[in-house]
Amino acid sequence: METFIQVAYLLASVSFIVAIKMLSSPRTARLGNLIGAAGMLLGMIATLFYKEIVRYEWIGVGLAVGGALGAWTALSVKMTAMPQMVAILNGFGGAASALVAAAEAERALLSSHPSSAYFLTTIGLSVLIGAVTFSGSVIAFAKLQELISGRPVTLPLHHYQSLILLIGSIVALVGYVLGGGRVAMYGTALLSLLLGIWITLPIGGADMPVIVAFLNSLSGLAAAATGFVLNNYLLIISGTLVGASGLILTQIMSKAMNRSLWNVLFAAVGKGGPAAAAADRSIRSTTPEDVALMLSYAKDVVIVPGYGMAVAQAQHAVKKLMDALSAKGIEVRFAIHPVAGRMPGHMNVLLAEADVPYERLYEMERINPDFPQVDVALVIGANDVVNPAARKDPNSPLYGMPILEVDKAKSVVVLKRSMNPGFAGVENELFFQPNTYMLFGDARQSLEALTQALKEI
Amino acid sequence: MTEILFAVFIFTLSAFLGFELISKVPPTLHTPLMSGSNAISGITIIGSLVVAGEEGSPLLTGLGLAALILATINVVGGFLVTDRMLRMFKRR
Repeated sequence: METFIQVAYLLASVSFIVAIKMLSSPRTARLGNLIGAAGMLLGMIATLFYKEIVRYEWIGVGLAVGGALGAWTALSVKMTAMPQMVAILNGFGGAASALVAAAEAERALLSSHPSSAYFLTTIGLSVLIGAVTFSGSVIAFAKLQELISGRPVTLPLHHYQSLILLIGSIVALVGYVLGGGRVAMYGTALLSLLLGIWITLPIGGADMPVIVAFLNSLSGLAAAATGFVLNNYLLIISGTLVGASGLILTQIMSKAMNRSLWNVLFAAVGKGGPAAAAADRSIRSTTPEDVALMLSYAKDVVIVPGYGMAVAQAQHAVKKLMDALSAKGIEVRFAIHPVAGRMPGHMNVLLAEADVPYERLYEMERINPDFPQVDVALVIGANDVVNPAARKDPNSPLYGMPILEVDKAKSVVVLKRSMNPGFAGVENELFFQPNTYMLFGDARQSLEALTQALKEI
Repeated sequence: MTEILFAVFIFTLSAFLGFELISKVPPTLHTPLMSGSNAISGITIIGSLVVAGEEGSPLLTGLGLAALILATINVVGGFLVTDRMLRMFKRR
């Protein structure tokens, strides 16, 4: 029976690897996900054959309750709410890993054999990482769901407090390994829970992609640590794959913001950077009709979506505008900044939901050289990722961040609710350029008026 | 000792494999990658199945049951929501 279980675990490991491999193309990705799910099911069924399992009633309850809740949320969540969905799922995975490790710790305490330092270390790590993942994800979820303010929340000397909590968690972990028992184990858990809260509270909206990717990585590492506790290779392999995945995404996101992970976690943004006096500078406000006219003369239009598109639920209106432009023979492309939105790939999912073919979505490196030839760049609810100060102004907090160079387009139209500066609290030079027109209002209503006006031309 | 080394061995190779695999995923699929890999990290469910089903104190079973519920939400929710997203990615 042991052999059967291990062979099933091997197959499950392979299925996860295949699943991630098939994510390299949108054509194979869906089948890959199904293969991964099948592998998971196989692993679960094989586990039920362990001779240690003697009662099935609680297993039945757990699967029924968890399955119903999981299916219900997955099928009812809106695509715009995907960042908070992923955040909370990360948290649940982390918590489950920590709870399994805690159960192993409780069992070890009952046993008459002394536990090895290695075993205790793996338990401690699993509890620590799992607890940080859980509390950090809950805070990220609350911010994204706007249960609490999405703005950075900082206490006096906040980042020193975080560091102290980090050190405290590690000290408690060491205490547990040295024989501190239950108190040290739950102490580690408590301090780690606080640490997760403390590092996530100062994270503001625009930094969310970094922290969500980071928590994704931690949820994998928590599973891997639990794999070390149970000496289970399936857990080690799967957890590590996810840990690596999250780490790469974290790196991509931090790079796209020109900040290090350390800088995001232990230094809040949005405090510095004197906003230039805007009052005496003129902007050009425009109407949907004028923009429609401008677009009707264009050949090459690039749409730059940002978080504002998600907030206004404007992805379907964007698609209708794309169709109206295409019907007039105008080429429409989309420029996607890596950190546009609140999680990696956020804009892509929303546009996919609205049936925009993914071949029309261009990454930053691919589209930036084309901007000087673009007739109209239409910026929808994006701000910091198109701020030319990142290129030109060494004093700007955004300086050095790679941006979409829409300022080089022949004309720029910015759809925006008001003149409030972006998340970083930095004034955007783009809005004051002579070739920039501001179309104020709710993005969805503006787009609908624009599409209507275009059709009437 | 060999057992520990072997586990570290597997861990190291998996990390390299993970980096190789993920660097091939296009940015347009980064959200499904996160939710899908998130579902995979719910693999901790097999640990919780054992704890919830073995002979043990009410505390142990309670911990196991809580872990099982959370891991099941993670697994079922993760794979389903990924499928929902991937279904939407269409060519022109």
